[in-house]
Amino acid sequence: MNPGVATVYRWELTKLRYQKRTYLGLGAAIAVPIIFVLAIHFRPDRRGGGDFAFSSYLTRSGLAVPLVLMLFGAVWLFPLITALVAGDIFASEDHNGTLKTIFTRSLERGQIFAGKAFAAATYAVVAIMLSGTVAVVAGSIQSGFNSLQTLSGTVVSAPKALELVYVGLLVYLIPIATVVAIGLLLSTITRNSAAAVVGTLMISLLFQLIGILPGLGGTVPYLLSTQFNAWQGLLRQPIDWAPVVRAAWVCAMYGVPALAAAFLVFLRRDVAGG
Amino acid sequence: MTAAAVDGPPPVEVRGLVKRYGDLTAVGGVDLTVNAGDVYGYLGPNGAGKTTSLRMMLGLIRPTEGSVRLFGRDPQQTVRALGGVAGFVEAPTFYPYMNGRRNLELLAAFDGNDASSRIDRALDTVELADRARDRVGGYSHGMRQRLGIAAALLREPRLLLLDEPATGLDPGGMRDMRVLIRRLADEGMTVLLSSHLMNEVEEVCNRVGIVRSGKIVYEGAIAELKSSAGTTYRLSTTDDERALAVCRAQPGISNERVESGRISFTADESAVAELSQALIEAGALIRSLAPQTVTLEDLFFSLTEDGDARHPGASAAAPQPAEAAR
Repeated sequence: MNPGVATVYRWELTKLRYQKRTYLGLGAAIAVPIIFVLAIHFRPDRRGGGDFAFSSYLTRSGLAVPLVLMLFGAVWLFPLITALVAGDIFASEDHNGTLKTIFTRSLERGQIFAGKAFAAATYAVVAIMLSGTVAVVAGSIQSGFNSLQTLSGTVVSAPKALELVYVGLLVYLIPIATVVAIGLLLSTITRNSAAAVVGTLMISLLFQLIGILPGLGGTVPYLLSTQFNAWQGLLRQPIDWAPVVRAAWVCAMYGVPALAAAFLVFLRRDVAGG
Repeated sequence: MTAAAVDGPPPVEVRGLVKRYGDLTAVGGVDLTVNAGDVYGYLGPNGAGKTTSLRMMLGLIRPTEGSVRLFGRDPQQTVRALGGVAGFVEAPTFYPYMNGRRNLELLAAFDGNDASSRIDRALDTVELADRARDRVGGYSHGMRQRLGIAAALLREPRLLLLDEPATGLDPGGMRDMRVLIRRLADEGMTVLLSSHLMNEVEEVCNRVGIVRSGKIVYEGAIAELKSSAGTTYRLSTTDDERALAVCRAQPGISNERVESGRISFTADESAVAELSQALIEAGALIRSLAPQTVTLEDLFFSLTEDGDARHPGASAAAPQPAEAAR
């Protein structure tokens, strides 16, 4: 059988299983919602509260937990978890000097790039979905599998709310995919895992900083950080698809050039070291 | 060596290969040809451009100028040009967190076809079967070198490109590597190996290309190189001062000089016979006159170092670069 993108993808997933950073990221994706639920459980004032979306529902429905997690995870948690693999997946080949080993087999560079990019994206999807699922389970144990009030004030049943949570997680993957693309670009350019991971996180934080700077309010709808809130449109009655659609094209605006640049750099680079 | 292999394009054909990094010229116009069945030694001092040339041959870096053809195909165009080609540049590299067998499984998957069915045989060939389940991160340098050969053998190559395959190995490992390369060559594989271990090359290779400052200064059979250098003799007489003057005046004698208290010169057999007669007539009686074996190392230093900076052990009269190249 001739090797192709699927071969690289399969082996990249195998390699991820051997690496500590994979478990560090997935461990964080599991641990954070559990810690969050424990914090709710042991709060002296267990009525919930706070001035952010769904905060008042934290003690009334476990399904509010993944939503609040998505809200706060966008600041640095999920970009960091995503960058751990996306920022490393090319740079680690430089670190190990293995690009020359795989470039002299029977796969074109484009196939290797695609397989690696898909693997990094798969890891991000698994991390987000895993974190969301742990949040649902832990939240339901803590606060019950109950109905949820939407941002429009209407109450949806628990099964419907669960459906919205998972669709919301899927929408959340749109900006996450852009973080993957930025991570891949920095991994390719810097050839240094730490620099790529930290750089990806810094870019993510920079978007948030721009969003709060005075006089730059007009840029907010077009910032990557804003797109992490697009899922909130699903929690309105009727569903507001406008933020989701905007997230799709704004994220594409950032992600596609980043991915294309990473691809070209990878395709054209000289492998002079290692 | 099959007839087809001989009739087809040569395994390696490099023409006018140049690689520049800004102002630095790493490879300055290399031309070399490796014929089917050759065990070709690519020699040069550190920094001469051997590894850069090999990287260009494997398509890892793009030449600034010139061309590389492997069996007539251009490795810069497509990785398919590396069909039937395997090897490594500098030390072979693997994923340290996976074991040796897993690394080979990955590479076999990247090769496709039935490469995975050759893993056991490749591990046996390089005598690593008993350590194949150990993480590569714990392998010694020699074990990694052998795993590199095993990884190359998975491709059932017709051409093997090896960069300093014996570097860092202990004497036993070096001997094993030489035996392995020789065995692969005897099985019909064409081998191009870069090295600066002259005895290794002399023992294993039939042809050499010697590179200096990014340019080939000699390419051809080792036997031809040695014969073109003439034979060096060492002479001791009752009057060395007079004997040296006789040598300088005698036709057919060249490179005469005093080394370690003895006269050294290059000549063919007939000139030596006439010199003996002339020395007797001049009253410089011969105490000893012995031919010296010219080693590849002597010739290498003659070709790669400036005349006034020759290696102390170099006594051979090597051919001039312009004359020697092909």
